[in-house]
Amino acid sequence: MSGSVLYDAPGPRTRRIERIASIGVAILLLAVLAWVFKGMVDRGLFDSRWEVFSDPPKGQSAADVWRSLLVVGLGATLRAAATAAPLAFALAIILAVLRTSRLRLVSGLATAVIELLRGLPVLLMMFFGQLALGLTAFEAVIFGLVLYNAAIVAEIIRAGLAALPKGQVEAGTAVGLTRWQTLRIVQLPQVLRLMLPSLISQFVVLLKDTSLGFIVGYQELLRMMQLNYSFFGDQYRFPLFVVVLSIYLIVNFTLTRVAIIVDRRLAERGQRADKLDPNAVVAVPHNIGRDQSASAP
Amino acid sequence: MRRRSTGLVALAAVAALTLSACGDDGETTTEPADVEAADFPEGSTMAELADAGSITIGTKFDQPLFGLVGPDGTPVGFDVEIGKLVAAELGIAEDDINWVETVSANREPFIQEGQVDIVVATYTINDERKEVIDFAGPYYEAGQSLLVRTDETEISGPDDLAGKTVCSVDGSTPAGNIEQNYPDAELVTFGAYTDCLDPLRNGQVDAVTTDNVILAGYVAESPDDFQIVGDLFTEEPYGIGLAKGDDDFRTFINDTLEAAYEDGRWAAAWESTAGEVLDTPEPPTVDRY
Amino acid sequence: MDSVIEALPRFWDGFTTTLFLAVVSGVLSLVFGTILATFRVSPLKSLRIVGATIVEIGRNTPLTLVFIFFVFILPSMGYILPLGRVPAIIALTVYTSAFVCEAVRSGINSVSVGQAEAARAIGLGSTQTLSLVVLPQALRTVVPPLINVLIALTKNTSVAAGFAVVELTATGRGLARDYPADVLWMLLGVAFFYLLITIPAGTLAGYIERKVVFSR
Repeated sequence: MSGSVLYDAPGPRTRRIERIASIGVAILLLAVLAWVFKGMVDRGLFDSRWEVFSDPPKGQSAADVWRSLLVVGLGATLRAAATAAPLAFALAIILAVLRTSRLRLVSGLATAVIELLRGLPVLLMMFFGQLALGLTAFEAVIFGLVLYNAAIVAEIIRAGLAALPKGQVEAGTAVGLTRWQTLRIVQLPQVLRLMLPSLISQFVVLLKDTSLGFIVGYQELLRMMQLNYSFFGDQYRFPLFVVVLSIYLIVNFTLTRVAIIVDRRLAERGQRADKLDPNAVVAVPHNIGRDQSASAP
Repeated sequence: MRRRSTGLVALAAVAALTLSACGDDGETTTEPADVEAADFPEGSTMAELADAGSITIGTKFDQPLFGLVGPDGTPVGFDVEIGKLVAAELGIAEDDINWVETVSANREPFIQEGQVDIVVATYTINDERKEVIDFAGPYYEAGQSLLVRTDETEISGPDDLAGKTVCSVDGSTPAGNIEQNYPDAELVTFGAYTDCLDPLRNGQVDAVTTDNVILAGYVAESPDDFQIVGDLFTEEPYGIGLAKGDDDFRTFINDTLEAAYEDGRWAAAWESTAGEVLDTPEPPTVDRY
Repeated sequence: MDSVIEALPRFWDGFTTTLFLAVVSGVLSLVFGTILATFRVSPLKSLRIVGATIVEIGRNTPLTLVFIFFVFILPSMGYILPLGRVPAIIALTVYTSAFVCEAVRSGINSVSVGQAEAARAIGLGSTQTLSLVVLPQALRTVVPPLINVLIALTKNTSVAAGFAVVELTATGRGLARDYPADVLWMLLGVAFFYLLITIPAGTLAGYIERKVVFSR
């Protein structure tokens, strides 16, 4: 980590000490991991139960096991995410635009809706859709994901609008655009490009949240894992868990990579938020770019 | 009002897989009856379903012996067979049944909103539920019981549960019963009964409670680990849930059940599923309230 | 409406459980998240790798799977925890720490290099530089995002409803079962109690955020 805030460039002696300490820590950690792994082997976690993926019991075929996870399960997960994301995005733009309204009533109402939705758990919204509105499991999942993420994305867009230099609006007004036209033609296109990395990160959050669907009985990846071990027996939970976790990680890492690449591209073209107006960025430090922590699910 | 197709995409996928994957499903106890829509009173639910040639049935997908779905997507179990029986009386073949997973918490809304035509899902008939839906049946009478480790000596019935940890499923009747009638027991709930088994083995919970028939399935799977103790401490008549006020349909299902009791189809359905680990009981008396 | 009043004690139990989960795992997450962040800026490469691995896995794994790990998988590996709040707190802490770490780390990066240089110029070591100069400044910048992480945590406690903890959401589901005719009111009641925590916290975050901006 040369060039860090924290350290001077280390000299040869420090570097040697650091390398030795680093290797020491690594060996210690590997030893702990090996010990845990041995414990798992001793408890039979790597025995024939893994055959559920090659030669499953109870007259099922391995192809069906994989299909239930990858086609049915992951398919349902991606379908829920792909359905909810554009809807949430559309609703978010509406909310964000309404929030900028000059009518106190409208902007106040939009703010209230956003605050309300941001303050409630996704799971509760899913329950609400299912138990109070009588939606199907799929619809209830979409309902919860759309409302919750719309509020978060609306906040991202608001931060983006705030980060744009004032001159943009002034220029728009100067060439005779109305406020709405300025918003639509000048501000929003820039904001969306600016916020693309945040939006992709939020999509990862949304994708992760589809897994809450299992609690309302939506047959996504996690639920298929559950149905599989309900069917085969609970000793198969471990191999199924490992595989399902890997599937989630692969999908989400891929998306995160995409976010990073997009972020870098934008930075190269000088269009990233912090290149635009440093003062404005300070005003919304946690909502920009890399800081998706603010939009944790 | 009838079936809404949006949520059934997943089911369609499952059904598509089923078509390609079925093979060793030997037990076809239910041939569709030779009936047509015209055989039923015009405008009745039966006529509508017979006319559509398909029916949507809600059942559990994770209940051993009653409703369980393997990776090939084919539901198996006693509830499933009962569902097929009703469908067959409407002239609907097995392949034309849309199976929808209902979990304990969503059965009433699914019926009320018409997302399913009937629910056959270890569904206890009780008065609170009768306020919002109607029940045909019962087609089986279970009772709540306790599953403990084979080395358990302190628990022999629900009265011994004070200070003990009991595991059950979110939003289920047995969980509610423990909460209300045995408040000294500590209740923990998961999404599925399977999830209670490891904690019981590990000693994280002292007992698992639900209907005796479900517990019997677990004992059959792990006779060295688990045993059932005590008498049944509730009566859980399993009914078929349907939309409130559809009395003709209810009567029709009740007739179907009684006919199946008479001609042995009910017993055959039992023997091919839950009967593998349990004795065949006497069919219960249908309650035409 | 009467049934809502009748159910008030249960709402209250659920509320206190949710609050308990949020506060305990919140404090633990702040501690572990900050430790993780120091891992990630540590001079030791192996610690940086460990920190990055934990954070990346934490941020890309659905919380439900983290719960399943601590509730079901860990016992099958021979590490048996009591059910209920303990694994819930651990799962929430592990998950939230990853987000706390990221917030703290970007806070550390936001401190200007000159500050650290000044610290070293007066002879402070890297631990002292971090604890006396950089972290105090970084924490001020990261407070608003941290509050947002904690609000997210409060909402995330609802996932425990699926794993043997009767907090607010599980209470709502139980009440929906026991009062089928009043489902709507029961769920609105639950929503109210969540907002009781999240809205004031959100307002506080906004207030501090504005304060920080003005003080620059």
